[in-house]
Amino acid sequence: MRPAGRGPLDSLYFSYPHFEPPQRSDLQARAPVVIAGAGPIGMTAALTLASYGQRCVLLDRKETFNDGSRATCIARSSMRTFERIGAVQPFVDKALGWRFGRSYYRGEQIFRLEMPHPDSEKYLPMYNLQQQYTEAFLHEAIAREPLIDMRWQSEVTEVKQDGAGVLLTVQTGGQKYALPCDYLLAADGARSPIRSMLGLRLKGENHEGRYVIADVQMAHDFPTERRALFAPRSNPGGTILVHRQPDNLWRIDFQLKDGEDEAEVLREDNLRARIGPMIEEIGHRGSWELEWWSVYSANTLLLDNYRKDRVFFIGDSAHIVPIFGVRGLNNGITDAHNIGWKLAYVLQGRAEAKLLDSYTPERRGATLDVFANAVKSTRFMTPPSRGWQLMRDAALSLGLRNEFTRGLANPRQMQPYTYRDSPITRFAAHEAGFAGGPSSGAAAPDARLSDGYLLDLTGPDFTLLVFGDAVRSPALERLTAQAGGLLKVLRIMDASAKHGLIDTHGDAFAVYAARPDTAYLLRPDTHIAGRWPVFDVAEIASALAVCLGRA
Amino acid sequence: MSKLAFDDLELVYEQMAVAIDQAGPEQESLFLAKLALALAQECGDRAVIEDCIKMALQDIEKEAQ
Repeated sequence: MRPAGRGPLDSLYFSYPHFEPPQRSDLQARAPVVIAGAGPIGMTAALTLASYGQRCVLLDRKETFNDGSRATCIARSSMRTFERIGAVQPFVDKALGWRFGRSYYRGEQIFRLEMPHPDSEKYLPMYNLQQQYTEAFLHEAIAREPLIDMRWQSEVTEVKQDGAGVLLTVQTGGQKYALPCDYLLAADGARSPIRSMLGLRLKGENHEGRYVIADVQMAHDFPTERRALFAPRSNPGGTILVHRQPDNLWRIDFQLKDGEDEAEVLREDNLRARIGPMIEEIGHRGSWELEWWSVYSANTLLLDNYRKDRVFFIGDSAHIVPIFGVRGLNNGITDAHNIGWKLAYVLQGRAEAKLLDSYTPERRGATLDVFANAVKSTRFMTPPSRGWQLMRDAALSLGLRNEFTRGLANPRQMQPYTYRDSPITRFAAHEAGFAGGPSSGAAAPDARLSDGYLLDLTGPDFTLLVFGDAVRSPALERLTAQAGGLLKVLRIMDASAKHGLIDTHGDAFAVYAARPDTAYLLRPDTHIAGRWPVFDVAEIASALAVCLGRA
Repeated sequence: MSKLAFDDLELVYEQMAVAIDQAGPEQESLFLAKLALALAQECGDRAVIEDCIKMALQDIEKEAQ
């Protein structure tokens, strides 16, 4: 919603482009992949496919980007994905990076959030950016990409599928046309029409707490940190969350009390009266302008299976998670990247269709993990009953003077999920041979090397990290020959080496708990397919075959 | 005396929230008082218990405002 007199797209800081529907005669040509929904998730999927040389059609029923700032926190893992798909630079230039937070109880600080940011990582743990910018920046990359056929004002109205493909009916400019494809990615959001058309339903729980999210523009002087105010003077009995966004925009989320009438609170005059004192309480004295507001309630809902034959659900169409851990957008981006490389590989004959079976276990597993964490933070942010309320208040009150309860106020921000139980993570038997480092299935951490950051040097396909120069080259040559161009080998030398790729700062050996001869096999999405304390050519070849759906 | 690890503290926190709801609004104070007495008996160190009572009373007046 926006203030009276302003249309849904009249923003104080963002000029919405207007996109015309496609005006071509070849719209009905069969597409290998159609993606329904050009939000951040659909666009990431399209760019991932394109980065592997895979063509797709991207549909969106709207004529422009999203109407509000919505999902504002971009995690380090998502920045890495944006880098991978060639879209990261405008994010680096515009987004506000951060890693600290504060929680207050009755005006006193009781918890200092400090997310780790080792020198070995290129990106900060978190970046704030309004969703319209995220969409605009991804769209810039899409506009440069001939492999993506972007069609605005194009709505999927019917979905049919059989063993051979999917047949869509698309409505555009009052016309309908049939669009056949091999695979459909449903990135059509929380209310996913495609999900309904296929007769599928999200399952799980609706939680009690409701939040109003409001954006105000003001010259407020405070660093980019997450602030959580428990029992604040300006919203007695309810919590307030404050995030800074670019363009002097501040996101203020506040909890509604039980029994409060949503429609009343959302009325502009009531909202202004409500957030004025909040703005004062966070320390802003000057003027402010109201930009946009909406209402939100915490849900944990997901599909039983993220796949229905040739249709894959990515992002909010597959799962709805509470906002407090910033996992909605970031998990959706990982969904898109995950199915993107797998689908490209299968369509291009580089992997067997069996690889696609790993999508649901990996990404649904990630959602369940989010739920486990998000349920805790949601209970703390919006206690669901008297017992939880009393315990929360006890922890906060003790936290004023005692350290031991303060950790309960930790918002447990998003961490990438480890695909330990994935059907393509099969070589965990060697875990015991490591004294640390990322385990099989985990997202690969970064490291500074003589030629730049490690993750910048990996990919676009599989990467084998080999530590030291003890492994003889014939073994490596045999492996790369078997992989037929899909495997890049990075041989990482310790800091004493004179030439080659050198672990100048000692990051890589330390972060990967590596010794000479240690090997890590990284998938195209830089999750770890397997690791070996001592290089084993036969097993590495098997791990690669498993990741290609061939074993 | 050894302290609870954070994960255990968190579990206790959750179990107590559920138990308070189980006791119900009429009886929750009785439940919490009984729990405090039982814990005191198990703790067995009067000085520690007296410190805990002081700790729990701190900021209570502020709460009432």
